[in-house]
Amino acid sequence: MVMFKVGDRVRIKDSHPPGHRRTPYYVRGKTGVVERYCGDFKNPEELAYGFDGTPKRELYRVRISQTELWPDYEGSDSDTLDLEIYDHWLEKIGG
Amino acid sequence: MTTDERGTHSHDHDHDHDHPGTTPDVNETGYYELMAEAMKELLIEKGVVKAEDVRRNLEFLDSRDPAEGATIIARAWTDEAFKARLLDDGTKAVEEMGFPMGDAELIVVENTDDVHNMIVCTLCSCYPRTILGLPPDWYKSKSYRARAVVEPRAVLREFGTDLPEGKTVRVHDSNADMRYLVLPQRPDGTDDWSAEQLAALVTRDAMVGVTVPQA
Repeated sequence: MVMFKVGDRVRIKDSHPPGHRRTPYYVRGKTGVVERYCGDFKNPEELAYGFDGTPKRELYRVRISQTELWPDYEGSDSDTLDLEIYDHWLEKIGG
Repeated sequence: MTTDERGTHSHDHDHDHDHPGTTPDVNETGYYELMAEAMKELLIEKGVVKAEDVRRNLEFLDSRDPAEGATIIARAWTDEAFKARLLDDGTKAVEEMGFPMGDAELIVVENTDDVHNMIVCTLCSCYPRTILGLPPDWYKSKSYRARAVVEPRAVLREFGTDLPEGKTVRVHDSNADMRYLVLPQRPDGTDDWSAEQLAALVTRDAMVGVTVPQA
């Protein structure tokens, strides 16, 4: 099941669990748009501790406006940061 | 402290300064190095891998270099159908040319008149090693990894790439399972060039997106 589709507005959870996480701090709590679905992958947060990484997690590329990330960003308003976020870190905005 | 006591130093002067641009040799075996070595020995002892497998993989990675990536880019510049396949499914398209992506998948991002792409891995140093070889030291530096996402235009200027305000800069943080390759714009005045001639223009840095190829 693909949970999000291209163009969906999403928020990256502002969560700070301990341990190995692939969601960089600088995007936590930020909003963006789903750029593409990358497929499902073994969960690196489980693999890191010797588990088998299942169930697999859906991986999405999320496009975030640089001005959303950094209030004093120097550059064009259209500049973006794209990165990969696993489904359990994403919540849809405006259902 | 004498130079002998310092152990790792062979300089004949006191050290109250850094040596900019140099990386000191580390002669002591660090914690992670020891752990990695212990892990390797255990895996070999338990028959999971053979020493020869480890050696062959290192040899393969050392044998890769940006020339591979350049042939991919030159083909995309001269073969529209291939370019479409490359942008649609990078992993499959480069495998078709005989370049395996291994465990990772490849996304190719295209520079246009309106968009410039650059690649960074903020969490470590993910890089499309099977098609570009080992990443340069600056790519792995904390400075590049931190600054590329915060002030990409300033970083690009330091690489000699001054982009107009009207061009969108897209930074791609290679933080999970994808690897990235920038498809630069084909330089003007190269219409009658062969793929081999074009490949010679395509540098590693252009494929990471910190510079643009010039004819």
